[in-house]
Amino acid sequence: MATALTNFDGCGAVGEGEPEVRPALLPVYLVLGILFGVALTRSEVLSWFRIQEMFHFQAFRMYGIIGSAVVTAAISLALMRLLKVKSATGGLIAVPPKTLGSGIRYAAGGTIFGLGWALTGACPGPLFALVGTGVTVMIVSIACALAGTWFYGLVKPKLPH
Amino acid sequence: MTAWLSATWPWYVAGPVIGLFVPALLILDNRVFGISSSLSHICSALAPGKIEYFRYDWKRAGLWNLTFVAGVLIGGFLAWHFGGAHAVAISPATRATLTQIGIHDFSGLAPRELFSWSTLATLRGFVAVVVGGFLVGFGTAYAAGCTSGHAISGLANLQLPSLIAVFGFFAGGLAATYFILPWLMGGR
Repeated sequence: MATALTNFDGCGAVGEGEPEVRPALLPVYLVLGILFGVALTRSEVLSWFRIQEMFHFQAFRMYGIIGSAVVTAAISLALMRLLKVKSATGGLIAVPPKTLGSGIRYAAGGTIFGLGWALTGACPGPLFALVGTGVTVMIVSIACALAGTWFYGLVKPKLPH
Repeated sequence: MTAWLSATWPWYVAGPVIGLFVPALLILDNRVFGISSSLSHICSALAPGKIEYFRYDWKRAGLWNLTFVAGVLIGGFLAWHFGGAHAVAISPATRATLTQIGIHDFSGLAPRELFSWSTLATLRGFVAVVVGGFLVGFGTAYAAGCTSGHAISGLANLQLPSLIAVFGFFAGGLAATYFILPWLMGGR
Protein backbone atom coordinates (compact mmCIF):
# COMPACT_ATOMS: atom_id res chain seq x y z
CA MET A 1 0.00 0.00 0.00
CA ALA A 2 2.55 2.56 1.12
CA THR A 3 4.85 1.70 -1.75
CA ALA A 4 2.12 2.51 -4.25
CA LEU A 5 1.98 6.12 -3.10
CA THR A 6 3.46 8.72 -5.39
CA ASN A 7 4.57 12.24 -4.61
CA PHE A 8 1.99 14.98 -4.77
CA ASP A 9 2.90 17.31 -7.62
CA GLY A 10 0.21 19.96 -7.40
CA CYS A 11 0.18 23.50 -6.11
CA GLY A 12 2.76 24.18 -3.43
CA ALA A 13 4.18 20.68 -3.78
CA VAL A 14 7.62 20.13 -2.38
CA GLY A 15 7.86 16.56 -3.67
CA GLU A 16 10.52 14.28 -2.25
CA GLY A 17 11.52 16.60 0.55
CA GLU A 18 8.03 17.12 1.96
CA PRO A 19 8.54 16.78 5.71
CA GLU A 20 6.05 15.10 7.98
CA VAL A 21 3.97 17.75 9.71
CA ARG A 22 4.73 18.16 13.41
CA PRO A 23 1.52 17.91 15.44
CA ALA A 24 2.73 20.75 17.65
CA LEU A 25 2.69 23.06 14.63
CA LEU A 26 -0.93 22.39 13.67
CA PRO A 27 -2.35 25.06 16.04
CA VAL A 28 0.10 27.53 14.50
CA TYR A 29 -1.19 26.72 11.01
CA LEU A 30 -4.73 27.14 12.28
CA VAL A 31 -3.93 30.60 13.67
CA LEU A 32 -2.12 31.61 10.48
CA GLY A 33 -5.14 30.42 8.49
CA ILE A 34 -7.47 32.49 10.68
CA LEU A 35 -5.30 35.55 10.10
CA PHE A 36 -5.34 34.88 6.36
CA GLY A 37 -9.14 34.54 6.44
CA VAL A 38 -9.40 37.88 8.26
CA ALA A 39 -7.04 39.44 5.70
CA LEU A 40 -9.09 38.11 2.76
CA THR A 41 -12.27 39.47 4.33
CA ARG A 42 -11.03 42.88 5.44
CA SER A 43 -9.17 43.47 2.19
CA GLU A 44 -12.42 42.52 0.41
CA VAL A 45 -10.51 40.44 -2.16
CA LEU A 46 -13.07 37.69 -1.50
CA SER A 47 -15.83 39.88 -2.91
CA TRP A 48 -17.30 39.12 -6.34
CA PHE A 49 -17.70 42.90 -6.74
CA ARG A 50 -13.97 43.54 -6.24
CA ILE A 51 -13.10 40.86 -8.79
CA GLN A 52 -15.48 42.46 -11.31
CA GLU A 53 -13.95 45.87 -10.58
CA MET A 54 -10.53 44.37 -11.31
CA PHE A 55 -11.50 42.62 -14.55
CA HIS A 56 -13.20 45.81 -15.76
CA PHE A 57 -10.01 47.79 -14.93
CA GLN A 58 -12.09 50.29 -12.98
CA ALA A 59 -9.97 50.57 -9.83
CA PHE A 60 -6.34 50.23 -8.88
CA ARG A 61 -7.14 48.49 -5.60
CA MET A 62 -6.85 44.79 -6.57
CA TYR A 63 -3.73 45.45 -8.63
CA GLY A 64 -2.25 47.34 -5.70
CA ILE A 65 -3.01 44.46 -3.33
CA ILE A 66 -1.66 41.67 -5.56
CA GLY A 67 1.32 43.79 -6.68
CA SER A 68 2.38 44.79 -3.17
CA ALA A 69 1.85 41.21 -1.94
CA VAL A 70 4.21 39.93 -4.66
CA VAL A 71 6.81 42.62 -3.94
CA THR A 72 6.66 41.91 -0.18
CA ALA A 73 7.02 38.16 -0.75
CA ALA A 74 9.83 38.64 -3.32
CA ILE A 75 11.85 40.93 -1.03
CA SER A 76 11.35 38.47 1.85
CA LEU A 77 12.54 35.56 -0.29
CA ALA A 78 15.57 37.50 -1.54
CA LEU A 79 16.51 38.50 2.01
CA MET A 80 16.08 34.97 3.35
CA ARG A 81 18.34 33.62 0.58
CA LEU A 82 20.92 36.34 1.12
CA LEU A 83 21.02 35.71 4.86
CA LYS A 84 20.76 31.92 4.38
CA VAL A 85 17.83 31.77 6.77
CA LYS A 86 16.83 28.37 8.07
CA SER A 87 13.31 27.35 8.93
CA ALA A 88 12.42 27.00 12.60
CA THR A 89 12.41 23.22 12.22
CA GLY A 90 15.80 23.17 10.49
CA GLY A 91 16.75 23.11 6.83
CA LEU A 92 17.63 25.95 4.52
CA ILE A 93 14.59 27.76 3.20
CA ALA A 94 13.81 26.66 -0.33
CA VAL A 95 11.02 27.19 -2.83
CA PRO A 96 11.29 24.34 -5.33
CA PRO A 97 10.73 25.80 -8.81
CA LYS A 98 7.90 24.43 -10.93
CA THR A 99 8.98 22.60 -14.07
CA LEU A 100 7.99 24.40 -17.24
CA GLY A 101 7.52 21.44 -19.59
CA SER A 102 5.66 22.59 -22.67
CA GLY A 103 3.96 25.27 -20.58
CA ILE A 104 0.56 24.15 -21.85
CA ARG A 105 -0.70 23.16 -18.42
CA TYR A 106 -0.06 26.67 -17.09
CA ALA A 107 -1.65 28.45 -20.05
CA ALA A 108 -4.66 26.13 -20.40
CA GLY A 109 -5.18 25.41 -16.70
CA GLY A 110 -4.67 29.08 -15.88
CA THR A 111 -7.27 30.16 -18.44
CA ILE A 112 -9.80 27.61 -17.19
CA PHE A 113 -9.26 28.75 -13.61
CA GLY A 114 -9.60 32.38 -14.76
CA LEU A 115 -13.05 31.64 -16.20
CA GLY A 116 -14.11 30.13 -12.89
CA TRP A 117 -12.52 32.96 -10.89
CA ALA A 118 -14.59 35.62 -12.69
CA LEU A 119 -17.81 33.55 -12.51
CA THR A 120 -17.63 32.65 -8.82
CA GLY A 121 -15.76 35.84 -7.95
CA ALA A 122 -13.56 33.70 -5.75
CA CYS A 123 -10.33 31.79 -5.94
CA PRO A 124 -9.89 28.82 -3.58
CA GLY A 125 -8.95 30.79 -0.42
CA PRO A 126 -11.95 33.13 -0.69
CA LEU A 127 -14.29 30.17 -1.36
CA PHE A 128 -13.60 28.96 2.17
CA ALA A 129 -13.61 32.45 3.71
CA LEU A 130 -16.94 33.27 2.03
CA VAL A 131 -18.60 30.28 3.67
CA GLY A 132 -17.34 31.67 6.98
CA THR A 133 -18.86 35.08 6.27
CA GLY A 134 -22.23 33.45 5.73
CA VAL A 135 -22.43 33.09 1.94
CA THR A 136 -23.23 29.45 2.62
CA VAL A 137 -24.19 28.66 -0.97
CA MET A 138 -20.43 28.67 -1.65
CA ILE A 139 -20.37 25.23 0.01
CA VAL A 140 -21.82 24.08 -3.33
CA SER A 141 -18.97 25.86 -5.15
CA ILE A 142 -16.41 24.10 -2.95
CA ALA A 143 -18.06 20.75 -3.62
CA CYS A 144 -17.98 21.49 -7.36
CA ALA A 145 -14.34 22.61 -7.12
CA LEU A 146 -13.56 19.26 -5.49
CA ALA A 147 -15.39 17.54 -8.35
CA GLY A 148 -13.32 19.60 -10.81
CA THR A 149 -10.05 18.67 -9.14
CA TRP A 150 -11.11 15.02 -9.00
CA PHE A 151 -12.03 15.12 -12.70
CA TYR A 152 -8.59 16.56 -13.47
CA GLY A 153 -7.01 13.61 -11.66
CA LEU A 154 -9.12 11.27 -13.75
CA VAL A 155 -8.27 12.77 -17.15
CA LYS A 156 -4.72 13.90 -16.32
CA PRO A 157 -3.04 11.15 -18.38
CA LYS A 158 -4.96 12.31 -21.47
CA LEU A 159 -4.19 16.03 -21.13
CA PRO A 160 -1.19 17.87 -22.62
CA HIS A 161 1.15 19.22 -19.93
CA MET B 1 -8.62 47.86 19.50
CA THR B 2 -10.82 45.92 17.11
CA ALA B 3 -10.72 48.69 14.50
CA TRP B 4 -8.42 46.55 12.31
CA LEU B 5 -11.08 43.85 12.37
CA SER B 6 -13.94 46.10 11.34
CA ALA B 7 -12.40 48.52 8.88
CA THR B 8 -11.75 47.84 5.21
CA TRP B 9 -7.98 47.71 4.87
CA PRO B 10 -6.37 50.02 2.33
CA TRP B 11 -4.53 48.19 -0.46
CA TYR B 12 -1.09 49.10 0.88
CA VAL B 13 -1.89 47.33 4.16
CA ALA B 14 -3.76 44.35 2.68
CA GLY B 15 -1.12 43.52 0.04
CA PRO B 16 1.96 43.40 2.30
CA VAL B 17 0.03 41.47 4.98
CA ILE B 18 -1.00 38.84 2.39
CA GLY B 19 2.55 38.76 0.98
CA LEU B 20 4.01 38.06 4.45
CA PHE B 21 2.31 34.65 4.53
CA VAL B 22 4.98 33.44 2.07
CA PRO B 23 7.99 34.00 4.41
CA ALA B 24 5.92 33.10 7.50
CA LEU B 25 5.13 29.59 6.20
CA LEU B 26 8.70 29.08 4.97
CA ILE B 27 10.24 30.18 8.23
CA LEU B 28 7.84 28.04 10.24
CA ASP B 29 8.47 24.73 8.46
CA ASN B 30 9.55 25.28 4.85
CA ARG B 31 6.02 25.16 3.42
CA VAL B 32 5.14 26.89 0.16
CA PHE B 33 2.11 29.18 0.41
CA GLY B 34 -0.73 27.92 -1.80
CA ILE B 35 -4.40 27.16 -1.21
CA SER B 36 -5.63 25.12 -4.15
CA SER B 37 -3.61 22.04 -3.17
CA SER B 38 -6.09 21.63 -0.31
CA LEU B 39 -8.65 20.54 -2.93
CA SER B 40 -6.33 17.74 -4.09
CA HIS B 41 -5.64 16.71 -0.51
CA ILE B 42 -9.37 16.41 0.24
CA CYS B 43 -9.85 14.32 -2.93
CA SER B 44 -6.89 12.18 -1.94
CA ALA B 45 -8.30 11.68 1.56
CA LEU B 46 -11.91 11.01 0.58
CA ALA B 47 -11.97 9.44 -2.86
CA PRO B 48 -8.58 8.57 -4.31
CA GLY B 49 -10.06 5.63 -6.25
CA LYS B 50 -7.55 4.16 -8.62
CA ILE B 51 -6.42 7.59 -9.78
CA GLU B 52 -2.65 7.88 -9.66
CA TYR B 53 -2.75 11.66 -9.12
CA PHE B 54 -4.44 11.15 -5.74
CA ARG B 55 -2.36 8.23 -4.59
CA TYR B 56 0.04 10.07 -2.31
CA ASP B 57 0.36 10.50 1.43
CA TRP B 58 -2.10 13.37 1.88
CA LYS B 59 -1.41 13.71 5.59
CA ARG B 60 2.29 14.15 5.00
CA ALA B 61 1.86 16.52 2.05
CA GLY B 62 -1.23 18.35 3.14
CA LEU B 63 -2.30 18.14 6.77
CA TRP B 64 -0.71 21.54 7.41
CA ASN B 65 -2.53 22.95 4.39
CA LEU B 66 -5.94 21.57 5.39
CA THR B 67 -5.50 22.99 8.90
CA PHE B 68 -4.61 26.36 7.39
CA VAL B 69 -7.71 26.25 5.16
CA ALA B 70 -9.95 25.42 8.13
CA GLY B 71 -8.50 28.55 9.72
CA VAL B 72 -9.36 30.61 6.62
CA LEU B 73 -13.02 29.66 7.02
CA ILE B 74 -12.96 30.57 10.73
CA GLY B 75 -11.16 33.84 9.91
CA GLY B 76 -13.89 34.78 7.45
CA PHE B 77 -16.48 34.12 10.14
CA LEU B 78 -14.65 36.15 12.81
CA ALA B 79 -13.95 39.13 10.57
CA TRP B 80 -17.51 39.29 9.30
CA HIS B 81 -19.41 38.60 12.51
CA PHE B 82 -17.28 40.54 14.97
CA GLY B 83 -15.95 43.16 12.58
CA GLY B 84 -19.33 44.01 11.17
CA ALA B 85 -20.80 43.47 7.73
CA HIS B 86 -20.90 46.30 5.29
CA ALA B 87 -21.43 46.81 1.59
CA VAL B 88 -18.32 46.70 -0.57
CA ALA B 89 -17.50 50.24 -1.70
CA ILE B 90 -16.77 49.50 -5.33
CA SER B 91 -16.10 52.33 -7.75
CA PRO B 92 -19.15 54.15 -9.20
CA ALA B 93 -18.02 53.02 -12.65
CA THR B 94 -18.19 49.33 -11.67
CA ARG B 95 -21.56 49.84 -10.02
CA ALA B 96 -22.86 51.42 -13.20
CA THR B 97 -21.40 48.66 -15.39
CA LEU B 98 -22.90 45.91 -13.23
CA THR B 99 -26.27 47.66 -12.97
CA GLN B 100 -26.32 47.79 -16.75
CA ILE B 101 -25.94 44.02 -17.07
CA GLY B 102 -28.68 43.45 -14.49
CA ILE B 103 -27.06 43.29 -11.04
CA HIS B 104 -29.13 45.18 -8.49
CA ASP B 105 -28.12 43.78 -5.10
CA PHE B 106 -24.98 45.54 -3.87
CA SER B 107 -25.57 44.90 -0.16
CA GLY B 108 -23.17 42.03 0.57
CA LEU B 109 -19.90 40.48 -0.59
CA ALA B 110 -21.57 38.88 -3.61
CA PRO B 111 -24.85 39.72 -5.41
CA ARG B 112 -27.81 37.63 -4.31
CA GLU B 113 -29.01 37.43 -7.93
CA LEU B 114 -26.22 34.92 -8.49
CA PHE B 115 -25.14 33.64 -5.09
CA SER B 116 -28.01 32.41 -2.96
CA TRP B 117 -29.72 29.09 -2.38
CA SER B 118 -32.91 30.37 -3.98
CA THR B 119 -31.17 31.23 -7.28
CA LEU B 120 -29.06 28.08 -7.42
CA ALA B 121 -31.58 26.36 -9.70
CA THR B 122 -31.71 29.27 -12.16
CA LEU B 123 -29.37 29.18 -15.17
CA ARG B 124 -27.36 32.17 -13.96
CA GLY B 125 -27.03 30.88 -10.40
CA PHE B 126 -26.08 27.42 -11.63
CA VAL B 127 -23.40 28.72 -13.98
CA ALA B 128 -21.91 31.10 -11.39
CA VAL B 129 -21.88 28.68 -8.46
CA VAL B 130 -21.70 25.18 -9.94
CA VAL B 131 -19.94 25.62 -13.30
CA GLY B 132 -17.71 28.35 -11.85
CA GLY B 133 -16.73 26.16 -8.91
CA PHE B 134 -15.97 23.20 -11.16
CA LEU B 135 -13.74 25.36 -13.40
CA VAL B 136 -11.89 26.70 -10.35
CA GLY B 137 -11.16 23.16 -9.16
CA PHE B 138 -10.25 21.77 -12.57
CA GLY B 139 -8.22 24.81 -13.65
CA THR B 140 -6.16 25.12 -10.46
CA ALA B 141 -5.31 21.41 -10.49
CA TYR B 142 -4.34 21.53 -14.19
CA ALA B 143 -2.30 24.72 -13.70
CA ALA B 144 -0.83 23.36 -10.43
CA GLY B 145 -1.74 26.50 -8.53
CA CYS B 146 -4.13 29.39 -7.99
CA THR B 147 -3.84 33.04 -7.09
CA SER B 148 -1.82 32.28 -3.95
CA GLY B 149 0.43 29.57 -5.38
CA HIS B 150 1.14 31.18 -8.76
CA ALA B 151 0.32 34.90 -8.61
CA ILE B 152 1.92 35.42 -5.20
CA SER B 153 4.35 32.60 -4.30
CA GLY B 154 5.30 31.86 -7.91
CA LEU B 155 5.77 35.42 -9.16
CA ALA B 156 7.70 36.31 -6.00
CA ASN B 157 9.99 33.36 -6.80
CA LEU B 158 10.37 34.75 -10.36
CA GLN B 159 9.05 31.58 -11.98
CA LEU B 160 8.17 31.62 -15.69
CA PRO B 161 5.47 28.91 -15.28
CA SER B 162 3.68 31.17 -12.78
CA LEU B 163 3.84 34.15 -15.13
CA ILE B 164 2.26 32.05 -17.89
CA ALA B 165 -0.42 30.89 -15.44
CA VAL B 166 -1.20 34.47 -14.36
CA PHE B 167 -1.62 35.52 -18.01
CA GLY B 168 -4.03 32.59 -18.29
CA PHE B 169 -5.94 33.71 -15.17
CA PHE B 170 -6.52 37.07 -16.84
CA ALA B 171 -7.35 35.67 -20.27
CA GLY B 172 -10.03 33.46 -18.72
CA GLY B 173 -11.23 36.13 -16.30
CA LEU B 174 -11.64 38.74 -19.01
CA ALA B 175 -13.48 36.30 -21.28
CA ALA B 176 -15.93 35.44 -18.50
CA THR B 177 -16.34 39.10 -17.49
CA TYR B 178 -16.94 40.53 -20.97
CA PHE B 179 -18.75 37.65 -22.67
CA ILE B 180 -20.17 35.02 -20.32
CA LEU B 181 -21.54 37.19 -17.49
CA PRO B 182 -23.38 39.73 -19.71
CA TRP B 183 -24.86 36.84 -21.72
CA LEU B 184 -25.84 35.06 -18.52
CA MET B 185 -27.55 38.10 -17.03
CA GLY B 186 -29.27 38.97 -20.29
CA GLY B 187 -30.37 35.42 -20.97
CA ARG B 188 -32.73 35.50 -17.97
